[in-house]
Order: sequence, then C-alpha cells, then structure tokens
Amino acid sequence: MRLILDIAITHLVHRKRQTLVSVLGVAMGVGFFIAMAAMMQGFQRYFVAKTIDVSPHIIIKDEFRIPPLQPVEQYYRDGAIRLLNVRPREERRGIKNGGAMVDAIGRQPGVAVAPTLAGQIFLRYGTKDVSATLYGIDPVRERRVTYLEQDLIAGSLNGLYTAANGVILGSGLADKIGVALGDTLSVISPAGVILKMKVVGIFNSGVTAKDNYESFALLKKAQILQDRANVINQIRIRLRNIDQAAELARSLEARYGYRAESWEETNKNVLGIFVIQNGIMYSTVSAILIVAAFGIFNIITTVIHEKARDIAILKSIGFEEATIRGIFLLEGAVVGVVGTLIGWALGYGLTELLASIRFNIEGFVKTEGFILYYTIRHYLIAGVFAMVAALAASYLPARKAAAVNPVDIIRGGA
Amino acid sequence: MADAPLIEVRDVSRVLPGPVPVTLVRDINLTVRRGEFIAIVGPSGSGKSSLLYLLGLLDMPSQGAIYLDGANTTELNRQQQAHMRLSRLGFVFQFHFLLHEFTSLGNVMIPMRKLGGKNESQIERQARALLGELNMETYADRLPEQLSGGERQRVAIARALANDPAVILADEPTGNLDSKNAQQVFDIFKRLVELNGQTVIVITHEMHLAQQAHRRIRLIDGLIAEDG
Repeated sequence: MRLILDIAITHLVHRKRQTLVSVLGVAMGVGFFIAMAAMMQGFQRYFVAKTIDVSPHIIIKDEFRIPPLQPVEQYYRDGAIRLLNVRPREERRGIKNGGAMVDAIGRQPGVAVAPTLAGQIFLRYGTKDVSATLYGIDPVRERRVTYLEQDLIAGSLNGLYTAANGVILGSGLADKIGVALGDTLSVISPAGVILKMKVVGIFNSGVTAKDNYESFALLKKAQILQDRANVINQIRIRLRNIDQAAELARSLEARYGYRAESWEETNKNVLGIFVIQNGIMYSTVSAILIVAAFGIFNIITTVIHEKARDIAILKSIGFEEATIRGIFLLEGAVVGVVGTLIGWALGYGLTELLASIRFNIEGFVKTEGFILYYTIRHYLIAGVFAMVAALAASYLPARKAAAVNPVDIIRGGA
Repeated sequence: MADAPLIEVRDVSRVLPGPVPVTLVRDINLTVRRGEFIAIVGPSGSGKSSLLYLLGLLDMPSQGAIYLDGANTTELNRQQQAHMRLSRLGFVFQFHFLLHEFTSLGNVMIPMRKLGGKNESQIERQARALLGELNMETYADRLPEQLSGGERQRVAIARALANDPAVILADEPTGNLDSKNAQQVFDIFKRLVELNGQTVIVITHEMHLAQQAHRRIRLIDGLIAEDG
C-alpha cells in the first residue's frame, strides 16, 4: 500500500499544475456545498422553528375536507344528478360542542389545547383602514399553546383582562395603522359590530405574515364583535412531541369530522419550496463536482497516457493488474481527499464570511443577516459526494491502465 | 549446473490473430538449465524478442507450454504469472526503462518493496549493496536523467536483480551502449552466472558478445535454426 501510494503521489506531484486545478475543483464543490447548505438549511430550520414556536401544532377548523353529500346524491350514489341553485343551509357556523371537544382533547397526555374564534376585522385609526385577522383567545390556555406572550415587545397578555376592550396587535400591523401601546382604535367586524379597543400589547414573532396581519383579543370580546355568542371556530393544539402532529391531526379529523391541519399541512407551500430549494442546491453542487470530476478524469487520463511506458515497466517487474488499477484509483482518491480537506476549510471560511454580512430582510421571516446552520453532517455529505466523484472519475482511466499490454509498449521502445 | 531443467519450452508457437495472422515464433522446443548463459541471435524480425517475452511471461503462447521450475506457466492466472515475474524473473531492456521520477535507489527498491517481507531499512540496505556491486553506489540518489546510458543500464540490471531472480532476461541490453559499456554489461552477466549461479538469457546482435555466452540460439523466421 505504501509503495502504490508513493507511486501515486509521485505522479501527482510531477503534474503540479493539473493536480492543483483538480484539487481546487473538488475543494470549491465541497466548500460551496457547505456554505450553501448552511445558508439554506439555516433559513429553513429557522422558519420551521419559528412556525412551530409561534403557531399551534394542530388547528381544528369548523370546515369539512369533503363537503357532505346532498340527500339526493346519497340516495342515487351512482346516478347522473344535476342540482341547480343549491344554496348552503343557513346554519350557525362554528364547531359544535366545542367546549366538550376542548376538554376531551386536553385530557390526552402531552397535549395543550385552546379554543379560539378567528375572524376578519377592519382596524380603523384616524383615516387609516387596515384589514386583519382577530383571534379571540383565552390567555390562560393561549400561554400553553403559542409563544404569544414571549413574543410581546410591548404590553402584556394580562392586559387583555385589565383593559375593558383590549387588543394585541402584530408589530407590522401596528406600524401600518400607526398605533402604539395604549392607543385606542375602532375595530369593525363583518357582522357590523364596532368596538373601541385599546392596544394592550404589540408582538413581534419574526414571521412576517403573522406580524402584519394578526391580532388577539379575549374570546368573549371576539364573540361579541363577530356577533357569535359562545361560538368557537378553531381549536388550537400544541404537542410536546411535534413529530406526532400529522398523525394526531388525522385521528382527530377521523374522530370529529372537522378539518384538522397539522403544522406541516398548514405550511406545506413553504415546505414544498424548501424541497425545491434543496433540489436546486444539490443540483448546483453536483454540477460543480461533476466539473471537478472531469478535471480528475482529465489529469488521470493524461498521466496514464504519459506513463504508459512506466505501466509496462511495472507490469514487467511483476505488478498485477489490480495493483496498477489501485495506483490510479489512489491518485483520484488523493485528489478527492486533499480537495475535500481544503473544501472543508473553504466551506467553513465561506460560512463565517456569510455570517459576518449584516442586512435587513423581510420575507417569510424577518432577519438581520443570513441565518446559518452549522452541522458536521454537511461536511460529511460534501466529503462523500467528493470522494464518489473522484473515484468514479478515476475508475475508467484506472481500468484502462490495468489493461495496458506491456509487450506493445516495450516493443515501441523509448 | 543442477540436473532439473529450469525452463522447458514445449512446441510453443505464438500467432498474432487478425485478418492476416502473423506468426511470431513456431514449434519452439527448448530446455534451459540453471546457471546457463544463453545468447539469442538472429536477424531483425526473426522472433528473438517474442521468444524472450514468452519466456518472461509477458506474453502467452498460442499453443504449446512453457514450464518454469516444473510449473506449467500457461495454466497460471495473471496474478500468479505476475508474482512469478516478481520473484523468479528479472528483465533488462534495450532502453533502460527506469521510472524517471524515482532515483536509482528508488528504482532498485521498487521490486523489493512490491515483493514485501522486509522492512524499508532492510530493503534500502540491500538495494544500496546491489548498486555497490555494480559500482553505482555513489549514484544511488541520482535521478535517471542525471546518469549516462551505461550507468542507467547498470541501474536497470540492479533492479532486475533486486529479488534475486533465477533468470535474467535481457532484450538487447547493449543496443544503445558503446563497446566499452556493452562489454561491462556482459561482464556483469558473466559474473552473475559464475558467482551466483543465475541463468542469463540475452538477445544481442553483436556476435563478439554472443561468443562470450555458453550457448547460442539462432532464430530465423520464428524457428530455431541453430542451438549450441
């Protein structure tokens, strides 16, 4: 092994420039992968963490995933039925027996539950009208279900109890309408009820969609505003183990019939984008490594072409085909290992550079720079990618080298 | 000389396949004993090198069999043939065929390192001793490009002797040397035969050198025309 390593390294050292280009190709692939993965996964994990922190893990809504069949459709299941001018039945919307459901779900271990009435409202302050979503909540239960209290940058959750008509606004919403803590504004519901409400808290979750469009009031006040006494239309659930969200949501939906969305389903659009992002990242890095692999292929093919005479000599001395193949595979592996080591350093440096860049961005979430995720896993994945590329690139030329017929070369002379 | 033949060639022919098959050697029967110094002579294209490559297991006969130390080499797989080349045979070519990136010492050490069984310092000591026997000790750390033609050929002989082979196969080793260096190479071969009891089979065009061998085999058109 030591001998073939010596021969492999001697070959590479005698072609310094080509070797350097190949090593740098691998290093750049590895380095960029680490930096890109840290950046993308950093953002994705931050978003998921924020979503999990800020939002309930499961929301049961007063909706049905599949609308109930009309009686005639139930009767003639296989018939060709055309119904005209079917209007929804005028029934009281909301979750029936919501209180009992909340109690039953809340009795399960590891589950915190909060009843909510969500509805659209208009906020009017001076000449400004802004639409928003108002959640009627029970602050005691809300503490167990979301991190609203921790996200408050002004006021307190208990302010909802102390003020006559208290409301908590998202920071973006407060900025849009121009109110501050303690200001009183008009809140108008689609039912036509208008309440004067006092801003008792402003929260900043970091999730733009929440901060710009959500507000919170006591459940009773929301029911008055929406003219829906004793009604709840959402049951919000938080789990100790978030991995159980999808399964529990399915079982709750099967049991109660109401649509139950896990946090993954609620955010599936964004999570879907992440899948595409990861696909783009892996494709880009694969492209870089494929280019690097061509570099390795090129150098080893050139070495084999130039060293055909040496291969013949080694074979005449008594080197087996497997050993000859091993020399050139080892050359690819050396380029892969050195490239990976330099790439790891490059990746770390690039990640640190990205971490030092400061800027404000407001997309899905608000940040003041790149959110980076450091993990040894990225380094290992990049290393495995690079080694596979290096060995794959050197395999064909190595096989060709092993197949050299020494007699053909020796007959050719010097 | 020992009684058992070292090499036995039985009815060997080598034909290169193709649209027009080319016969390199045919109907070769030959027995080589330990400690023999054999010169193979003959005009260009008579099959001298082809016979040497067959004896050195670098090529395989199209028919017939070659026995080395009683073992039928045509029945060995490539790995076994390679091991036999490494441990029992030593090659010297017309062009020195040294590895350019390795020093004289490095070149001589390669077959020893490949065979294994000794540590690096033992191998280096033996390689230096071998170069010393050929008066090349002071050139041990030089690269081949820093040596003259005769010096390179002596390093190539040292490399061929690295694993103490039973047979040295030399393909026109003096072809690129002046008469003084050519004679030195032949003197080395004679010494190997006389002192070590090794067998040397050498191809040469120069009759005055061939006369120094114990036995001369003349090839014409791939056939042995004269053996004696």
